[in-house]
Amino acid sequence: MDISDLIACHDCDCLQRRVPLPLGGAARCSRCDALLYRSCRGGTQKTLAYTVAALFLFLIANIYPIAGIEVQGNRQVASLYDAVSLLWEEGHPEVAVLVGLTTMITPIIQIGLVLFLLVPLHFNHLIQGVVPVLRILETVRPWSMMEVFFLGVLVSLFKLEQLARVEMGIALWAFAAMIPLLVAGAMTFEPDEIWEQVSSLS
Amino acid sequence: MTDGTMTAAQLGFYGCLICHRVTECTTGDITARCSRCGALLHRRKPNSISRTWALLLTGYMLYIPANVLPVMHTGSLFTSQSDTIMSGIVYLWTSGSWYLAGIVFIASIFVPAAKLAILTFLVISVQRRSTWGRLDRTKMYRVVEFIGRWSMLDIFVVTILVALVRLQSLATISVGLGAVAFGTVVVLTMFASMQFDPRLIWDLQAEERSLQGNNDGHS
Repeated sequence: MDISDLIACHDCDCLQRRVPLPLGGAARCSRCDALLYRSCRGGTQKTLAYTVAALFLFLIANIYPIAGIEVQGNRQVASLYDAVSLLWEEGHPEVAVLVGLTTMITPIIQIGLVLFLLVPLHFNHLIQGVVPVLRILETVRPWSMMEVFFLGVLVSLFKLEQLARVEMGIALWAFAAMIPLLVAGAMTFEPDEIWEQVSSLS
Repeated sequence: MTDGTMTAAQLGFYGCLICHRVTECTTGDITARCSRCGALLHRRKPNSISRTWALLLTGYMLYIPANVLPVMHTGSLFTSQSDTIMSGIVYLWTSGSWYLAGIVFIASIFVPAAKLAILTFLVISVQRRSTWGRLDRTKMYRVVEFIGRWSMLDIFVVTILVALVRLQSLATISVGLGAVAFGTVVVLTMFASMQFDPRLIWDLQAEERSLQGNNDGHS
């Protein structure tokens, strides 16, 4: 038996034989039910489409203000960058770094690397740096917290609504539209298929 | 063997946690690399138990200031007020936003506490070589990995409040030390769940089996 036909479950180390999947199917560990790998219908194409759309929305979400408040004629708006830089200036660089990493840097790394990987693949061309790219993607994945941030913005706006007139910014709508796209992109992105292509080439 | 399962480690195979390729390994932990992606391979995550404990204990220590110290200072012309996480939730509750209070309670109080408790339980159960509910414990681990990120909610709430209510004649809001402690707890528990190796939950079963196998061979 060829060793490349085997897969060890990442959660319980149970050794199993790889089986070809029908389109849209998923292979689960026979012992602990962990998701081992999937076969996505038109996976790469869909991921590419979702990610390109998410990139544009990400740019909008970072350039435009998230929200504004108006108190006694004073208007105050803030973008994501304003929020992070204000934390830094106020003497909390560690919180600023945490917020910046989870809402700006990690998501743009994810979007950028997925495009770097999938655009050449779309034209049937496997790029050289595919191994480090997939490894970085795997490492940064838990630190992208767009959807948590979005919920946080909503909670804070509800709180402020009792004190002042709150207006929602363009970036907030961009966030709202981007999150389903990022989720859909992650759902259709199957690194296992790309890894299989890597090993078939080498 | 009762259900015909073998672990990769029993056969001298190491599964790569990055690309999931199985590599045969004879040299031991130190030099093993994945044959496909070149990642460092380990039979199990190195020093998983002690590293998880170290991160958890630090998390517990910071959990106290995270909940006792104010996460936010609000100052206006006439009054100033400091809010802890809990007092913020109470404020939301008494002002009638019950569902909002519920969301913040789950994300900021329940999730961090549940994460610390579940990870502690998992580490202790592995140390005591427990055989109870392996599948259930593996699922608990997956829940911890899934919910961990949501406790960042309060940090983001404070961030936006600070950004919007600055330089106002009405009020100023600034970040409290509690938020720093709270953010650190979230990061520490995320690292703790990454360091914990769920395969340890199943390892005892594998050892028992291989012992049984050896005995059968001798008799």
